[in-house]
Amino acid sequence: MNTARTNTARTNTSRMKTITSSRLIWPAVVLIALLLANLLWNHSFFDITARDGNLYGAPVDILRRAAPVVLVALGMTLVIATRGIDLSVGAVAAISGSWASMYIISEGGGSVGVVLIAVAVALLMALLAGAWNGFLVAVLGIQPIVATLVLMVAGRGLAQVITNEKILYPDNSPAYKLIGGGYLLAVPFSILLAGGIFALTAVLTRKTALGTLIESVGVNPEASRLAGVRARPIIFLAYVFSGFCAGLAGLMLTSNSTSADPNSIGLFIELDAILAVVIGGTSLAGGRFSLAGTLIGAFIIETMDAFVVIAISARSTDVFKACVVIIVCLLQSSRVRGWLLNVLRWGRPATRRRRPPSSAPTPAAADARPPATVPDAAGAPVTAPVKVTPSCAHHRRRAAPRRAPGNAWASASSSTRRSA
Amino acid sequence: MPNEPRITADRPVVEMRDITISFPGVKALQNVSFRLFPGEVHALMGENGAGKSTLIKALTGVYAIDSGSIALEGTDVLFSGPSQAQQAGIATVYQEVNLVTNLTVAENIMLGREPRRLGLIDFRRMRKHTATVLRGLNLDIDPGSMLSSHSIAVQQLVAIGRAIVVNADVLVLDEPTSSLDVKEVAELMAVIRQVRDKGVAVLFVSHFLDQTYQIADRITVLRNGELVGEYLASELPRLQLVSKMIGKDLAALEALEEGTKREAVERIEGGAYLAAKALGRKGSIEPYDLEVHPGEIVGLAGLLGSGRTELVRLLYGADRSDTGTTTIAGKEVKLRGPRLALGHKIAFASENRRSEGLIGDLSVRANIVLAMQAERGWTRRIPRRQQDELADRYIKALDIRPTSPDTLVRNLSGGNQQKVLLARWLLTEPNLLILDEPTRGIDVGAKAQIQKLVAGLSEKGMAVIFISAELEEVLRLSHRIGILRDRHKVAEIVNSEATTVDDIMGIIAAEAQPA
Amino acid sequence: MTVLLLVIMLIAGRLLYPNFTSGQAIVDLLGKNVFLIPLAIGMTFVILSGGIDLSVGAVMALGSVIAASLLQAGWSPALVVPIVLLAASTLGLVVGIMISRFEIQPFIATLAAMFLARGLCLVITDRSIAIDDGFFQSMNLAHINLWEQETVNLRGRVRVSDVYTTPSVVIAMAVLVVAFVVLHYSRFGRTVYAVGGNEPSARLMGLRVDRTKISVYVISGLCAGIAGLLFAFYTASGDPVAGIGYELNAIAAVVIGGTLLSGGSGYVLGSMLGVLVLATIYAYKEFDGDLNTGWTRVMVGVLVLFFIVLQRLVATRRRR
Repeated sequence: MNTARTNTARTNTSRMKTITSSRLIWPAVVLIALLLANLLWNHSFFDITARDGNLYGAPVDILRRAAPVVLVALGMTLVIATRGIDLSVGAVAAISGSWASMYIISEGGGSVGVVLIAVAVALLMALLAGAWNGFLVAVLGIQPIVATLVLMVAGRGLAQVITNEKILYPDNSPAYKLIGGGYLLAVPFSILLAGGIFALTAVLTRKTALGTLIESVGVNPEASRLAGVRARPIIFLAYVFSGFCAGLAGLMLTSNSTSADPNSIGLFIELDAILAVVIGGTSLAGGRFSLAGTLIGAFIIETMDAFVVIAISARSTDVFKACVVIIVCLLQSSRVRGWLLNVLRWGRPATRRRRPPSSAPTPAAADARPPATVPDAAGAPVTAPVKVTPSCAHHRRRAAPRRAPGNAWASASSSTRRSA
Repeated sequence: MPNEPRITADRPVVEMRDITISFPGVKALQNVSFRLFPGEVHALMGENGAGKSTLIKALTGVYAIDSGSIALEGTDVLFSGPSQAQQAGIATVYQEVNLVTNLTVAENIMLGREPRRLGLIDFRRMRKHTATVLRGLNLDIDPGSMLSSHSIAVQQLVAIGRAIVVNADVLVLDEPTSSLDVKEVAELMAVIRQVRDKGVAVLFVSHFLDQTYQIADRITVLRNGELVGEYLASELPRLQLVSKMIGKDLAALEALEEGTKREAVERIEGGAYLAAKALGRKGSIEPYDLEVHPGEIVGLAGLLGSGRTELVRLLYGADRSDTGTTTIAGKEVKLRGPRLALGHKIAFASENRRSEGLIGDLSVRANIVLAMQAERGWTRRIPRRQQDELADRYIKALDIRPTSPDTLVRNLSGGNQQKVLLARWLLTEPNLLILDEPTRGIDVGAKAQIQKLVAGLSEKGMAVIFISAELEEVLRLSHRIGILRDRHKVAEIVNSEATTVDDIMGIIAAEAQPA
Repeated sequence: MTVLLLVIMLIAGRLLYPNFTSGQAIVDLLGKNVFLIPLAIGMTFVILSGGIDLSVGAVMALGSVIAASLLQAGWSPALVVPIVLLAASTLGLVVGIMISRFEIQPFIATLAAMFLARGLCLVITDRSIAIDDGFFQSMNLAHINLWEQETVNLRGRVRVSDVYTTPSVVIAMAVLVVAFVVLHYSRFGRTVYAVGGNEPSARLMGLRVDRTKISVYVISGLCAGIAGLLFAFYTASGDPVAGIGYELNAIAAVVIGGTLLSGGSGYVLGSMLGVLVLATIYAYKEFDGDLNTGWTRVMVGVLVLFFIVLQRLVATRRRR
């Protein structure tokens, strides 16, 4: 399909390539910096040794520790892209891990068949959990934070019920151990599994229309609705997938440790996952997402943890993680970016006392964006559509992720229209 | 009947001089001067993008001004925010009732100024004070009742009550009547007159011509960010007002005239593709009838706020109707949503191409194939090669620039964005294409291209409904023209060689016949 | 609705366990969950304003850890108490500024704060620190006798004893009263409701929205600090892994108490009832040693779900 391209188009394409790849540039740079920091501190950081035909070494450890986070973060990426969030992933991991361990022990462990059944049923439970979340969010329309909060609380309880509050030791099952701790072709199986799921997700989102439709719904739900996109099945699917990933991560976690404590499986993993997604460049407000970015984000977290452990102390990792989250969020906040841009003298001169659109709610129509953010390139007077949409419903500002202000393509969607 | 001129004071209480406000790339207001006199209702009129809301926001402290001055009672003021403006005595009542419906009437009126005793709110005093205010407004409601339990009209009056409590010198009413029915409007008008008679300067913004003439003593007209003039209501006939608001940009249009000569359009015979009977939605558009035939272009004309968009949204199912029926190709259908409409081969291009049309962060290609992809569902992806082919086809046909289909739509100019949106709908091969302000904010060249496109589509047999604020455009393209005023479809005329813009404006401006 | 629920649960408990509704048991509902009360109160403020605070459990732990470590180092309680409260409030201030000034979403900002607080706990200590300070211990051991009661123990013998409670409960109740007065009788309180109900409107009405939002998080931090002190009293220790998941309990109490998660509607007394409901659920566990703790969590989750769906149904019906 060779179409003649003008010069403009050619420079546009190359410019486009730079821009799109630059979304990954920053996370990649940070990752490399962290790896170098690790190397400087510990000269043998990159040494990988082979023992009994298996690879060992610090980088291998990092990858291996990152594997469950990667899994959960992949599912989380899709959910966040639809403007949602899934806080229940830790609990779902606990459920599936507990159940599988429980089953293996009760069946006397050992045989591959038993493990397969355990895995299959555990994953099924995880899928159901995801479907439950999807139902609450997509069908009942409950805010994602709240909807997944329910499972977050109740799920751990279920895990405790399953294991009868005991800590399990599914030790005598090499087949099960494979998932989290074992090796395949000299590489830790967990890394291969995480990589495989990554590939699967990439195929799922890019080879079907799922990726584009998710992005469409996340960037502009109203425009998508008017274009005939059915958001409900897509959002539902995102949560089901997230549940699946969480279940898989749970299996990985319980098989790797010698004990399965329903209270601690996957504890706080949702935070790591969200952090990975955010660092990787996907916005919490939904829309375009990057699986590769999430991958890099997960690696950054683990590498940073490794570095903090050796350079400072094992106990300081959480503080550092918190600081990173805060910095990343500040950078993503358009207020801060605007301030930074002004400081660096890039872009328009600082306008004093001009309220950024977010805090200057337009009186005439709550959904009309002030022209400040959208210069119409044709130079024609920008329309600030004063909608005469009568409605008594006012916006309910939710605690759920909100569109980052200052983005003209944000959801200036007329929620007033739909509720009138 | 225009009001008798009332001049109660020589000195204006508010004087805005040479106000200029620009946003990147756009001059929203240019050297606009505006005065408000005490004891007067001053109406601010203008079409979309004229700058009315910008001017109000400058007055109420929401926007900062780039140049010019605002003087209150003779002294220059500079507001850094809405609360400052309020403290200076400027109270505003917005179209969307900006009160807090989860609190009581009394709390809303007194919020932020509750009387206190020993640091705690004195509820008894609050209730008494509120009762006085409510009595003054002829509102017989319980101050302790929840605001949400009252109708919008009552809530509007409570908002005015809040302004009264502040003892404001200036009361700004921004589209206060858009959600009210006839009786409630009359009540509101009575209150406004009361407030005015107490010496308050009232700034009244409305699209409803009838109401404006009912209440206004003075009228200022803005157009394209510039001041057209300030007139006494008694000295400005309706037709003149409308023509000042709409204006004519003759030079640019003459150039267009060359390219697209209006063909002599004949009445299209044959059965209607879509027929709406008594279709309406409460608070949005009064029940109307409309028929569209294949190959026919129906233009909808009217001032902003007259209900054109609301009308077509019902036809597409973007909003649900309360009354009436829709028939497509003879069969009655219930259009509950865009998907159903698309299934019936109806396409709708919203006037808000940014917030309701295009997905800015996605590419031109992705936007063009979106509706088609949505129809196929997520499992059946349109193969990349086919996507490229379709995108290239429309990029060429509509002359979309830049020509790379990977370009993010947010980086295109307005005209090209509109073309991408059109491409999306054309791809679905509709039988009825509804275009809401397709040429707004677009350069002259692209405008002509789109108009040519629309004409060509109808020749091929597509039915088109076309909304535009530019009457010349409507005249140039339509076979029939529907005219709306104040949320009613008031007339329908067949477009002929002899029809002129003045004819249409005359119908728009005509006084509503007493019911 | 919540009251009904509470009554049903108490009756059911009485049927199962004869001493369930004895005076002491009822009072113990408060006593055993005393640190949940300030958490729920602070959370009520935040949720009423339309936000959410996921850090309260961690801040509580931080409070207890700071107290314990300072006491261990020999500081006097008279200094330690204000320092803990100040530290907690400062963290709340930082969070409030992030949310209000920098427009970071409350959920991620408080998530970061949670990380930060837990992290600071671990930096200070990685295991719990015992407190042997006299004041702190007396706060836990002191009994405030309320009235006399008769209980029949398992062997059928009647025993007369005093129903008592601890100063901690009194403190918690005092916080409740102050919160109630502030929310219903002060301008600030009404502004909180307004901001939660309709933030853009509140701004246009001239209310100081930013200041209110920041204050709300400071209050939440302060309450979490108080909870931390109460925890230190109760367990005579500071524990860095305390309170994991407590923020969820606090949110649950608030939701069950009838406060809308979207903001603008709810009562702090309702949150108190929510705490009582949760306390009752935990009491079931107390009385039946065999009951799996997991079920209590499931119960809490189910109740939260019930109330959320209820809220949603009401909202949809109202919008029509």
